[in-house]
Amino acid sequence: MVEQIVFFIFTILVLGGGIGVITTKNIYYAALFFSASLSGMAGYFVLLNAGFLAAVQIVVYIGAIAILILFAIMLSRRMMTTKEQQTNRQTWLAAIASFLLFVALLGVVMQVTWPLSAEKHADNVLVLLGMSFLGSYVIPFEVVSVLLLVSLIGAIILARDIQTEEGRE
Amino acid sequence: MSAIPLSWWIFVATALFMIGFYVALTRKNAIAILIGLELMLNATNINLVAFDRYITPARVEGQVFAVFVIAIAAAEAAVALAIFIAAYRRRGTVDVENLDSMKF
Repeated sequence: MVEQIVFFIFTILVLGGGIGVITTKNIYYAALFFSASLSGMAGYFVLLNAGFLAAVQIVVYIGAIAILILFAIMLSRRMMTTKEQQTNRQTWLAAIASFLLFVALLGVVMQVTWPLSAEKHADNVLVLLGMSFLGSYVIPFEVVSVLLLVSLIGAIILARDIQTEEGRE
Repeated sequence: MSAIPLSWWIFVATALFMIGFYVALTRKNAIAILIGLELMLNATNINLVAFDRYITPARVEGQVFAVFVIAIAAAEAAVALAIFIAAYRRRGTVDVENLDSMKF
């Protein structure tokens, strides 16, 4: 019972944040609603016995990605110009398509009888995660670390201001 | 077994995925489209972790996958935002309706 109440509170955060992203005209507020949605999701991960993922969600998503998006918005827009139209002309078409896809996906997924397991969940999730990352998943783990390094260097090179650097030399 | 049925998680994840889909389809600002994409990735993560918890509770494969999804989302966001800032510097806008010089 308590779990269900907590679930509903986090659901309000997650879906309310998502609906806020849709309805707000100001892109800066949209990014703030997005971080509210992300924090609700961190709560979900705690409910799902994934404490490590909850911490990762807060540190990486809210601490890095959401802040990066806020910085990019501040660098690329005049903040006060919220008067202009923020959506393209296909709003109704997109709404109908998303709703139909939502109904279709739910209709399919709800028919499946999932092979629910009655086993008790693992107590030492962190230990198992560490064993997986350095055991059976060590190659994907290393590939992802190289990917992160590549995207770091690529982002620096892409965002570098070539013209002012040439002017300085 | 947990007090929350698996179908509730699936419902929330589907709804969030469709919200992200709608945002990515309708917004004109490239950064808002990126926010929509991130919402879709997060909906996928909810599903991965929920299935991990309900179908293979003694193992952590779903959580391992979710960590990979988060890492790749971070890489993608960094590169995408760098491209948007470079485009803004060159064109003065991140409105995708004006960034159409590669359109056939």
